[in-house]
Amino acid sequence: MREHKTNDIIMQTVTKLVSFIILLFSFYLFLSGHNAPGGGFVGGLITSSAIVLLLLAFDLKTVQSILPVNFIYVAGAGLLIAIATGAGSFLFGAPFLSHTFGHFQLPLLGKTELATATLFDLGVYLVVVGVTMTIIQTIGEEE
Amino acid sequence: MFTFILQLSLGIMAVSTLLYVIRVIKGPTVPDRVVALDAIGINLIAMTALVSILLKTTAFLDIILLLGILSFIGTIAFAKFLEKGEIIENDRNR
Repeated sequence: MREHKTNDIIMQTVTKLVSFIILLFSFYLFLSGHNAPGGGFVGGLITSSAIVLLLLAFDLKTVQSILPVNFIYVAGAGLLIAIATGAGSFLFGAPFLSHTFGHFQLPLLGKTELATATLFDLGVYLVVVGVTMTIIQTIGEEE
Repeated sequence: MFTFILQLSLGIMAVSTLLYVIRVIKGPTVPDRVVALDAIGINLIAMTALVSILLKTTAFLDIILLLGILSFIGTIAFAKFLEKGEIIENDRNR
């Protein structure tokens, strides 16, 4: 640790712009996983890399005030969503984890294919974000 | 002919990456190595683009953006480690 104060205004300004682009890219990867490369795992990793970029440009306290989330609960919610998606197939008399899809007429997007596999992917996404951010914050916190 | 040009540029990128690897190994200071690793990342992006043209697929286009993001974050993390000695600070304004 050096004594003089450093001023990282270039890094902070770039981070404010770039982190939103990275978040948008991770959202795109998450949604495109059905028919193209991507999916919940890599989408979660890119989301947590956007948060890591915020952690690098700012500090742990600032990021916790921006995102007042306990990431352990995020991982737990992801596991719960994944299990609930798997168990939801029992309601229709289908085996565990069987999924279905249908074509719907959405107001803005037109005819869209919606699959329940996306809900399972959302669970994977939340687990990956939660676990990665928990690991990184735990390592960063210790003095 | 087009394939040959692509293969030739792939070969040139490989030679350039090899020279960067020499800089990573020999580099007298740590910042030399970091800059060389960053440039290797950029070369990797170019090689991914060339390979995806050669294989006539668009499946690798996400990887290009991904490598750009990862190499950016990695370089920033290393630069911050060199500058401040710690990568993630607890409270910056203390």
